[in-house]
Amino acid sequence: MEKVILLFSEVYKILYVLIPLLVSVAMIVWLDRRIWAFVQKRRGPNVVGPFGLFQTLADALKYIFKEIIIPASSNKIIFILAPIVTMTLALIAWAVIPFSEDYVLADINVGILYIFAVSSLGVYGIIMGGWASNSKYPFLGSIRSAAQMVSYEVSIGVIIINVLLCVGSLNLSDIVLAQEKIWFVIPLFPMFVIFFISSLAETNRPPFDLPEAEAELVAGYQTEYSGMMYAMFWLGEYANILLMCALGSILFLGGWLAPMDIPLFDMVPPPAWLILKILFLFILFALIKAIVPRYRYDQLMRLGWKVFLPFSLIWVVLTSGYLLYFDLLPVY
Amino acid sequence: MLAHAIFFYFFSFVAIISAIMVTASKNTVHSVFFLILDFISISCLFIMIGAEFLGMIMLIVYVGAVAVLFLFVVMMLNVAQQKNQWFKSSETSTHIPVGLIVSLIIFFELIIVIGGWKYKPDIIKNFSDSLISNSTNTHTIGSVLYTEYIHLFQISGMILLVAMIGAIVLTFRKREGVKRQNYFSQISREKNQGVELVEVKSNEGVKIDV
Repeated sequence: MEKVILLFSEVYKILYVLIPLLVSVAMIVWLDRRIWAFVQKRRGPNVVGPFGLFQTLADALKYIFKEIIIPASSNKIIFILAPIVTMTLALIAWAVIPFSEDYVLADINVGILYIFAVSSLGVYGIIMGGWASNSKYPFLGSIRSAAQMVSYEVSIGVIIINVLLCVGSLNLSDIVLAQEKIWFVIPLFPMFVIFFISSLAETNRPPFDLPEAEAELVAGYQTEYSGMMYAMFWLGEYANILLMCALGSILFLGGWLAPMDIPLFDMVPPPAWLILKILFLFILFALIKAIVPRYRYDQLMRLGWKVFLPFSLIWVVLTSGYLLYFDLLPVY
Repeated sequence: MLAHAIFFYFFSFVAIISAIMVTASKNTVHSVFFLILDFISISCLFIMIGAEFLGMIMLIVYVGAVAVLFLFVVMMLNVAQQKNQWFKSSETSTHIPVGLIVSLIIFFELIIVIGGWKYKPDIIKNFSDSLISNSTNTHTIGSVLYTEYIHLFQISGMILLVAMIGAIVLTFRKREGVKRQNYFSQISREKNQGVELVEVKSNEGVKIDV
């Protein structure tokens, strides 16, 4: 009996994270489109519900009632698995995100490695979808996207090492608590900028949306997908974007910590600070989508391997040298 | 403890079945996907025995990077589905005996290594020491790897570097007539270099050198 109760409480905890996440994904799609429209002096979705808030809901309904078409020449099992893999991986990474000191689903020792591993598995949803469609555009799109994600993961990994050197622990809560004196965005500002740009590339957002460059590849790896399966890709993509924003705010912007230790800020509950920081980063994502033209593919690869990787490696040397010289290395 | 056993048997079962399917499946891309499943279940086993760092590194390195390259190669080469059974060789193919010899050699090497293998006694002592103190296994690996085994660590790094340089040298070829973009020369171009005013005489035209 006790175990059943324990099981239900765990399920309750998981739903307590998952349902707000899915709702916020829907809201964030609306926000994305509104900001995009705002920059281009359009209205954006403003018809369904107040300010068009229910637009995503209406879209989701439309997707649910649409027929799922599976191409005859596709590899059916992998074709169906691909959106499932994408969405599952996008959601399970949220298990280790700490919303406050005691509000975290799984407080594991290697939290940052877990997120890194899950986000590097995200390539497979795209490769599987592109290959199983058995069609030219999806295949080209998935090859592009896989190469892009693998290259930018390398620089994200090196940037994470920079932060870990200052913290001395791989636990996400420890990373946040280490920023009580100063957020890492100030001493590691160049790393924050590179992390932000790399996470744009990692989530296939403009200006790095080569995999779904509609002028060349129709819709990239999603071309053959329809109905609910397309919606799952799309949910997974936005959940991944939110995850990268959350990771950025935990690594550099102090997670759930308030900007200053004054009574007014202490009244705000800690998860609200994290959500505000995620929103801030997401608004930057949306603005960049509206104002920056798409990169060419060789420029993208050059930026990843020849600019970001050496620069962040040099910063690893600088950071460790600084910490060693001033005897600031966190010792356990 | 029951749940632990159930998970252990589940992951090991999946690992063994998918390892068999890697060789048995006819479609090469399916083989690679089974290989990935194998890696994932083995990293789950690592996590279950408490080696969380190794499990995560296994996921990041093997699944996140190595298997992606495998998939790339298999997809790019467009290896056709094998028509014949995997255990029967056709008359023209010679790969089965070579493969058998190589795998037999590896098998005997493994037997020799495992037969003569003993735990170093002081390693067990160190290991249990670190288990008693409540440092995480990331710290434990780091404190041993970069002190006692620093030379082995650096040698393995050198081997990887040499392999990487070798691969680059093998595939590198200079192609003629490739137009490369030079950002510096693009930005430092002046107006008088880029634009030229030409007076065109009627019926004669003008010669433009590109």
